[in-house]
Amino acid sequence: MKHFRYLFPLLIAGFLVACSGNQVKPNDTEANASGASSSSRALDSESSSVGIEDQQGVMLDALDDPANPLSVRIIYFEYDSAEVNQDSLDAVRSHGQYLSVNENRMLRLEGHADERGTREYNLALGESRAKTVRDLLILEGAQPGQIEIVSFGEERPAVLGSDEASLQKNRRAEIVY
Amino acid sequence: MRSLLLSIGFIVCMMMQPAFALLEIEISQGVESALPIAVTAISSDSSSQTRLITQVISADLHHSGLLGVVERERYPDGLINKKQVEYQQWRDNGIEALLVVSTQSISADQFRVEFFLYDLVRNKRSLAHTVNSNSQSLRRVAHKISDVVFKSLIGMRGAFSTRIAYITEMGIGKEKQYILRVADADGHNPRSVFMSNKQLMSPVWSSNGSKLAYVSFENERSEIFIQDMASGKREKVSSAPGLNSAPAWSPNDQQLALTLSQDGDPNIYILDLQSGKKRQVTSHYGIDTEPTWSADGDSIYFTSNRSGSPQIYRLSLSGGKAERISFNGRYNAAAALSPNGELLAMVHNNGQGYRIGVLNLRNDSFHVITDGGLDEAPSFAPNGSMIIFSTRRSGSTILSAVSADGRVQQQFRLQAGKVREPTWSPFR
Repeated sequence: MKHFRYLFPLLIAGFLVACSGNQVKPNDTEANASGASSSSRALDSESSSVGIEDQQGVMLDALDDPANPLSVRIIYFEYDSAEVNQDSLDAVRSHGQYLSVNENRMLRLEGHADERGTREYNLALGESRAKTVRDLLILEGAQPGQIEIVSFGEERPAVLGSDEASLQKNRRAEIVY
Repeated sequence: MRSLLLSIGFIVCMMMQPAFALLEIEISQGVESALPIAVTAISSDSSSQTRLITQVISADLHHSGLLGVVERERYPDGLINKKQVEYQQWRDNGIEALLVVSTQSISADQFRVEFFLYDLVRNKRSLAHTVNSNSQSLRRVAHKISDVVFKSLIGMRGAFSTRIAYITEMGIGKEKQYILRVADADGHNPRSVFMSNKQLMSPVWSSNGSKLAYVSFENERSEIFIQDMASGKREKVSSAPGLNSAPAWSPNDQQLALTLSQDGDPNIYILDLQSGKKRQVTSHYGIDTEPTWSADGDSIYFTSNRSGSPQIYRLSLSGGKAERISFNGRYNAAAALSPNGELLAMVHNNGQGYRIGVLNLRNDSFHVITDGGLDEAPSFAPNGSMIIFSTRRSGSTILSAVSADGRVQQQFRLQAGKVREPTWSPFR
């Protein structure tokens, strides 16, 4: 576990470079576990000893293969539902198996909702969605410590618009490595 | 655990008011039986101060929907003074009440505002008062006059001197800003109390009106902050793992009900603000959120999807089982209790869109009082007369207010940005 804490901020920092559009700062991951904040802060100053380059070998793996189910990073949901559809199960399972094999990997699940219904209920619904995905990942052998969860409810829609096609794109859980 | 955060980074407290942020109110629906009232200066007073005061009072009374402010063309001929009123002449013109205002300058920036209210039906003067004001407080004085005039004519305390807080979303993409604003109840004088490039949610006034609690995503997750309105000081009061959301002040302001998911599913907790201790009060799988307190502080109402879809429940804080109280429609959430505890407003969907519904807790009658497709965030005026909420209009989100019986509806039209999650302050 100590090993994970050591790597976590570094990995995130490394992936920030790779994943465009990701707004997360390394310090923001401190909410993940109690006590993690002090250790990550202490480690940040040493981060030069384990450079981003060291992770390159890991980065050029199945995650970057567009033909691999791992390339699916968004799981969609029905209205007011946190159940993962049959269509998405393969992708979710692949991510779970990937985590179970690559124990050093961490990911963040961001739960979202469409604009319908109240903002607070949707915030809770977004979390439920992320948690359903997390539970499936763990079923496939991922460790709970590899997964961070955050909900943005309806606050960060993927697309604007109130037609069903837009709403459908906003009811989602995003997998962020 | 508590940390005091003062203006840092993207935080701008108590900003100057941007000129574009003015709210305008339109009455989209009124009552036919509105009491006709004339609001006028005495004939010898053409001062700008009196003109402003009569304009503000006229707008206040008109917006209530219960009073119809008559045009000058309908006034009887003759001069208007404060001592002599020809009751019969006014009455013959269909006017039932007359408010006469005059302002005298008593020093450089000091005014004495006099007002007289005449009951033209009963042939009597029902109010005569004098208030001192400076040029900065003219609008406030006018709202105070509206309050007492409303009370005298309608029998209910006016809420014109109160405030509303709301979230404004401005700009697009990376330029997006979320601003927590406080404005007078008529939408004027908007002040920004907190601004962030990350989402803000769920503002709510403390019971004494001195603070706001709200949810901020400034640290990339939901956390609850309390901000003092006088000093602008902010304090982070909840940042447990998982959700920290849906704050609701207890009637004595010593506790905050909130939603946390630190122990698994979202549940309602009560945070003691003095000690920082938290007590879990619901423990059910699925979603429990959006707590709101009963007036006596002995129980809470909240939203739960334990029946399969969101519905409103009531829970006694001294123990016992949560009791479901909403049975109309498949979606009922975000309950707001009227100040007298009789009415529960909620976001309601029965297949025709998200609208504001009102449940009478005395006789269990239920009425849908709005007709939008995405009406949200109901909040009662402190006199219980109106419910403010957010609604969709031509692709944007604006504030609207509706009387608790649905008969009067008014819209607050903002010049720029989306406006949402209004919360009406208590009386000062």
